[in-house]
Amino acid sequence: MSDEYEHKLEAKSDYTGDASSVSTPDIDAVPDAELPDQELYHSHSWWTTYVFSQDAKYIGIQYALTAIGTGLLGLVLSWLMRIQLAWPGLGWLEPSSYYQFVTMHGMIMVVYLLTALFLGGFGNLLIPLMCGARDMAFPYVNMLSYWAFVVAVVVLLASFFVPGGPTGAGWTLYPPQAITAGTPGYNGGIILMLISLILFVAGFTMGGLNYIITVLQLRARGMTLMRLPLTIWGIFTATVLAMFAFPALLVGCLMMTLDSLLGTSFFMPAMVSLGETLTHEGGSPILFQHLFWFFGHPEVYIVALPAFGIVSDLLSVHSRKTIFGYRMMVWAIVGIGALSFFVWAHHMYVSGMNPWFGFFFATTTLIIAVPTAIKVYNWILTLWRGNIVLSLPMLFSLGFIVTFLNGGLTGLFLGNVTVDVPLSDTYFVVAHFHMVMGIAPILVVFGAIYHWYPLVTGRMMNETLGKVHFWITFIGSYAIYFPMHYQGFVGVPRRYYEIYDSPYIDVSTLLLNKFITIAVLIVGAAQLLFLYNLFASARLGKKAEKNPWKANSLEWQTPQMPPEHGNWGKELPKVYRWPYDFSVPGAKEDYIPQTQPPSEIIGAKVEKT
Amino acid sequence: MSKKKSIFQLLTEKPWEQDQIEADNDHQGQTVNLSKQKLGLRTLMAASTVLFSLFIVAYSDRMLVHDWRNMPEPWLLWFNTGILVLSSLVFHQTVKYAKNDLFDKTKNGLYFIGFLAYSFLIGQLIVWYQLMNTGFYATSNVANAFFYLFTTIHGLHIIGGIYFWGKTTSKFIKRSLKKEEINNLIDICAVYWHFLLAVWLVLFGLMLSS
Repeated sequence: MSDEYEHKLEAKSDYTGDASSVSTPDIDAVPDAELPDQELYHSHSWWTTYVFSQDAKYIGIQYALTAIGTGLLGLVLSWLMRIQLAWPGLGWLEPSSYYQFVTMHGMIMVVYLLTALFLGGFGNLLIPLMCGARDMAFPYVNMLSYWAFVVAVVVLLASFFVPGGPTGAGWTLYPPQAITAGTPGYNGGIILMLISLILFVAGFTMGGLNYIITVLQLRARGMTLMRLPLTIWGIFTATVLAMFAFPALLVGCLMMTLDSLLGTSFFMPAMVSLGETLTHEGGSPILFQHLFWFFGHPEVYIVALPAFGIVSDLLSVHSRKTIFGYRMMVWAIVGIGALSFFVWAHHMYVSGMNPWFGFFFATTTLIIAVPTAIKVYNWILTLWRGNIVLSLPMLFSLGFIVTFLNGGLTGLFLGNVTVDVPLSDTYFVVAHFHMVMGIAPILVVFGAIYHWYPLVTGRMMNETLGKVHFWITFIGSYAIYFPMHYQGFVGVPRRYYEIYDSPYIDVSTLLLNKFITIAVLIVGAAQLLFLYNLFASARLGKKAEKNPWKANSLEWQTPQMPPEHGNWGKELPKVYRWPYDFSVPGAKEDYIPQTQPPSEIIGAKVEKT
Repeated sequence: MSKKKSIFQLLTEKPWEQDQIEADNDHQGQTVNLSKQKLGLRTLMAASTVLFSLFIVAYSDRMLVHDWRNMPEPWLLWFNTGILVLSSLVFHQTVKYAKNDLFDKTKNGLYFIGFLAYSFLIGQLIVWYQLMNTGFYATSNVANAFFYLFTTIHGLHIIGGIYFWGKTTSKFIKRSLKKEEINNLIDICAVYWHFLLAVWLVLFGLMLSS
């Protein structure tokens, strides 16, 4: 396909490209483009525009909507589980359904909602726009990635309709129980779950390839890596983690599929089931746990790092201040990413491993708290003396900081072997991981949707509805998870269908269970408000002006808003600064977009930090 | 093109300082001087290396259990390994032909490589057939299961390679691309071929030595 965009070269032909040539009359001059403009695929029919789209923006929206749709199912499942826990006398659920719902809720929320939404949704939407590219590096592969995800979701949901229903093995899918009689869905649902995960990994690898290459190779002129918004740093690092972590899941899934279908003994030990000796022999269930958590722990950061990045940008834009310690933030993201491969066995303290092994992993777990704490301090210092605007994205970002801090602190408890052993498999763990990788990233998702909604639709979301949504979600989730910490301390075990008349369970636990369930129902219902806002505002919302938040990063500087196919019109943007020049002394406005050439802001001087 | 920087230099830049701003304005927007296909292949090879490494870790861990029974190594596996080595050598030569604009030699080289790749796959299937005929099923011992698993995953990688070899060969014959572009693609296929040879040598060596 021929190149439809011509280059207009502003720079003089005799320009030397010498960094010291500030004294040349034209201070805006940059060297000629050495790289050809990207060739774009142009769709010709409705199908290739809206369904099998190769435009990253559409793919991002498709990913986001599919992920949110699947996530809603996860939300409904949590309602059903909670009603069972609060009023066990109703006989609302069968024990098997309870375990199936627990499993599907966990897997859907972690993999099919959060991973797909942050990397597939926000990654596709924001990477090309924020880097100043016309599209992803391999648009066709990108499209395949989305459709592989759709097939994965369909296979996952199909497991509700096979005999025996979906798997009830818990989201960790530990063998031998996951594929042994007695566990719901041990011969049908689990296979579909494993196939679905294999498809997800395959699809993700195709998407991840795009994200990495686009960030590395297709940026606008002047956009060095250290001028990228932290959102991109977060998504990029998370993608690298995912490329290295998902193979572990793939290996585990493949070998368990063979154990279940062919009767091999990779993970299955010799055992007696229902009075019969199984043919398996010698397999190692612990091996699966290592493989699973070698994926599972980086997975936590695959979800958290994009959230870290996005929230940094939201805080900076909505407090009109430079992000505090940009380089430190980048290092923390990269450092957390690297360290996340060395902490996996802290999920396995009670698996009977060597105590020295536990000692090692407790130490690495505490070390990873250091860069994480740096990030929290830097967010707070960004807010310090900022011009804080309590817009919706800011509210959600503030909610994130508090929630993440809360979940992070309980993580310090659980990271220590001696504290973890009594708390293991209690509601304390449930409360911890829901705070840190459930509520915290979801708050960022909401903040990000309110923030970038005008970029996608050209309209603003309703502020009042959004505030109601925020307060119910924020206060509601504390009403849900604070009591769970207490329940964990008094020893209520997780994964129990019903607590019967156990003598050691206090009456307060039963009352709290009812209280939590009511909060869950209310918070869940509040999300309908959000959904209404999301869809209705696309038609009824106030028209957004260009760059409504007065942000600096490139995605708001497109010639049209919402950006058109190819993003940048005839000419690719040129970048003259990083995206954090807010409230620069001497500048006319309190923000200087990345594309604003130096000649237009003479007199503005960035303070040394 | 921008100067090569170590990742440490890169991460310590101060993008808000005047000197750095001026240097950064000259940046062309590309991190490494490689085509996107080449860098893409490297990324995939890295992910694939992790995948095979984890298989190897799982193999080494499972090997220690008492029920492990070693599998015989059919001589045909040596023959298949030879085919793979030969195809890598031919590819190495073909890249040189392509660089020197020798159209016919390159074309024949590409055809021969395809033939060798298919022969390898057929050879592997015959090995499977022989083993199953002599009673070495995946279920009879986990060592056999690992063998079938490794050859399948490696074979799937080869099939992926054949797909891209096919696309490249047809583009080469139709002469639909510029010379640098098609040479870039041939180069990429060659790198992938060498990678799969290396993976196979490691897997085969592992199975031989255990």
